Amino acid sequence: MNAELVVFVIFAIAALAGALVLVMARNPVYSAMGLLMTMFSMAVFYILNEAPFIAAVQVLIYAGAVMTLFLFVIMFIGVDKSFDPKETIPFQRPIAIVLGVGLFILLALAAQGVWVTGQSVFAGEALGTIENVSDQLFGTWLLPFEATVLLLTIAAVGTVALARFEISDPRPVVEVSLVSADEPDDVESVADEATDSAASADDAPSAGEES
Amino acid sequence: MEVTAGWYMLLAAGLFAIGAVGLLVRRNALVMFMSIELMLNAVNLTFVAAGRELGLLQGQLAVLFVMVVAAAEVTVGLAIIVAVFRYRSSADVDDLAELKG
Repeated sequence: MNAELVVFVIFAIAALAGALVLVMARNPVYSAMGLLMTMFSMAVFYILNEAPFIAAVQVLIYAGAVMTLFLFVIMFIGVDKSFDPKETIPFQRPIAIVLGVGLFILLALAAQGVWVTGQSVFAGEALGTIENVSDQLFGTWLLPFEATVLLLTIAAVGTVALARFEISDPRPVVEVSLVSADEPDDVESVADEATDSAASADDAPSAGEES
Repeated sequence: MEVTAGWYMLLAAGLFAIGAVGLLVRRNALVMFMSIELMLNAVNLTFVAAGRELGLLQGQLAVLFVMVVAAAEVTVGLAIIVAVFRYRSSADVDDLAELKG
């Protein structure tokens, strides 16, 4: 029974469990956590398959940036069902403390020796080291790489444009002051309603002051 | 017992199928989007496993480009979801039925 088989079985179970949590969880935050577990398992598989650079990019881009963006939007939009603050796992806090102390002891023991990273699974040099990948990326695939720069720029600009896109509001606040000041005759019906509402809004507090 | 590329292909097939089911079953736009990300990850795993089996680096470079495109897709897609949410106050795709005849 070799080491790769053990690692594969453990993280295959973790990846499939994370994927099932993603599909089945009712709360979108739990779905994001399941996807996060699957993505970390993917990074382990990449290391097993002689792709350490891709594994690092996986953790940084997917597990880091993309999932942070997902969680941000989930929190921004809001979870549909009301979140129950009651602790669902009994004895969660003591178990967490025990696990934290155990982790510290394990890390302290690991710092004593030189076997921190463990034994390498594959023999010889890995296929996808940073040197090999960069040789290919900045040599043969330079033009596609430059194209991805363009793609990311377009995506960033598009995201900003979408975020700043104003939904046609029937109450344009800025135009009210411009139109109602000088030219009350040729205003559109939309702006007319807006001036009416603005005027009534102006009247209400003044009337309150007088009475 | 040796872990061959076929094992990774089988695992990637399972993950891809789960992602496809999630895309079909769930109605929350965010969860559907995360299912798409899961399917992309499964395909990336097949690229890397095949590249190791054949001793080629091109599989890993394909994964790198897939990641870049997926990152761009996520930013634009989430911006669209947020814009739709501001318009509809809902992340449920069943509510988006304006084009229904």
